[in-house]
Amino acid sequence: MRRERRSVVAAEAVGPYTLLRVERGGLDPGVPGQFFMLEAPGRLLPRPFSVCLAPPGELAFLVDPIGPGTRALCALGRGDELHLLGPLGNGFRLDVRRPLLVGGGIGVAPLPYLSEALGRPPAVVGFRSAEHAQAAALVPNAEVVLEPAYVTDARPPGEWDVLACGPEPMLEALRAVVARAQLAWEAPMACGYGACHGCAVELDGEWKRLCVEGPVLEAAA
Amino acid sequence: MILNASGCLDAVAAPDVARSLDAFVTKTVTPLPRAGNAPVRIAETDVGMLNSIGLANPGRDAFVAETLPRLRALGVPLWVSVGGFAADEYAETCAALEDVAALELNLSCPNVDDAPETAAEIVAACRAATELPLYAKLSPATWDLGEVARAVADAGADGLSLVNTIRGLALDERTLRPRLGAAVGGLSGPALKPVALAAVYTCYRSTALPIVGMGGVRTGRDALELVAAGASAVALGTVLFANPEAPARVRRELRQELHALGLGSVEDAVGIAHEDAETLKRSLSFVGEKALQSG
Repeated sequence: MRRERRSVVAAEAVGPYTLLRVERGGLDPGVPGQFFMLEAPGRLLPRPFSVCLAPPGELAFLVDPIGPGTRALCALGRGDELHLLGPLGNGFRLDVRRPLLVGGGIGVAPLPYLSEALGRPPAVVGFRSAEHAQAAALVPNAEVVLEPAYVTDARPPGEWDVLACGPEPMLEALRAVVARAQLAWEAPMACGYGACHGCAVELDGEWKRLCVEGPVLEAAA
Repeated sequence: MILNASGCLDAVAAPDVARSLDAFVTKTVTPLPRAGNAPVRIAETDVGMLNSIGLANPGRDAFVAETLPRLRALGVPLWVSVGGFAADEYAETCAALEDVAALELNLSCPNVDDAPETAAEIVAACRAATELPLYAKLSPATWDLGEVARAVADAGADGLSLVNTIRGLALDERTLRPRLGAAVGGLSGPALKPVALAAVYTCYRSTALPIVGMGGVRTGRDALELVAAGASAVALGTVLFANPEAPARVRRELRQELHALGLGSVEDAVGIAHEDAETLKRSLSFVGEKALQSG
């Protein structure tokens, strides 16, 4: 884990989201599913974002402006600087035979980088509106479903190694219907490196700090 | 001396950060394991952050058998934070610990119920159970803090840790429901700094005990102010979450602040906020010269 100050290359609108592209410098992008803590300008605490894309020389993060910190990040422009700490946590295991990527809402964020790493496997992504679904363009070979339809309904038939990120109800629903899955969970966290215990969640009777033991966890079949 | 505030760093997960401190203070250890409170546990506000972790820890036996050996391997002086729900629980944990630099009695966690005994009664029970240095960590949320400090000093405390968080509430901007799962949590960060300064200032006057000052320290200047109010060591809390490199930076800035005042060490600055204007002018050569020049 390294903390570096980097410049914004661009902040591009993707539907209601912003794709924040930052100079990579000497930072290691990590494996898909790992995340960085991004300084939120004017705020006390940084915010966690999984790597969305890692083209040469850049790191890109998909930001949903839902609060003061994420709104401040979306308001950044070319040349603005911010601190990044990472890569953090455990990413997706890439030694899978038949990958299917599943994403819900802002949970599509790690899928573009993951898709590239796995050779663009099929994906199913769900959104609450057509406007939000513009983010599906970032994910290669993605089938898009809009509420009230759910990603669990749109799964292609057969046995898949599911790699998913999305809201908790979506992950719980997936867990109930697929045999093998790696699920990326989310919780508010203050630090991202195991210090605050803020992101601890109880899964199958065990408490886990998502920042150091997750955010990607194997789902028990 | 720069420490971390208890519960604000996991030395096993971040050993380099722990090694950048003069001593590592553990998360509070209770007699039995505690899972902690239900999520959401963290909420940022405009002036600080709220937490409702609820003393999640593996319990005394697992701490002594598993966690403590891993912490010792780091080679950093250890302070163990001790918690409980009755005086004898605190005392039993103190008795089970040896060969650490100090014990800090967490007498003020805002996220769990208090023990029925007073702070002084708990300190007295622990004093009878251990020879190790005992620091009493007090809540600033009391009108008679100076009295409490005097009472724990009389009960055998070797020092004070000031301050713990104070209770706060944040509401969701859309639903107006509490953002934390436990609704109310402990407020830390910049909002706590004036509260901490007042507590340190008050206790420095009411006891002769050494004080670890903490609450909202972000810069060397913040650390200097706590020292001036009476702290001889400073602990970092919330700032560690935002920046794991904060200890080295605060240490560097504090040295620069002291140098600018013509002071050689932290010891020279302890309690200078209590000195009268004439004494202060003599001890702060730089400030004194500047005042003469401008006068």
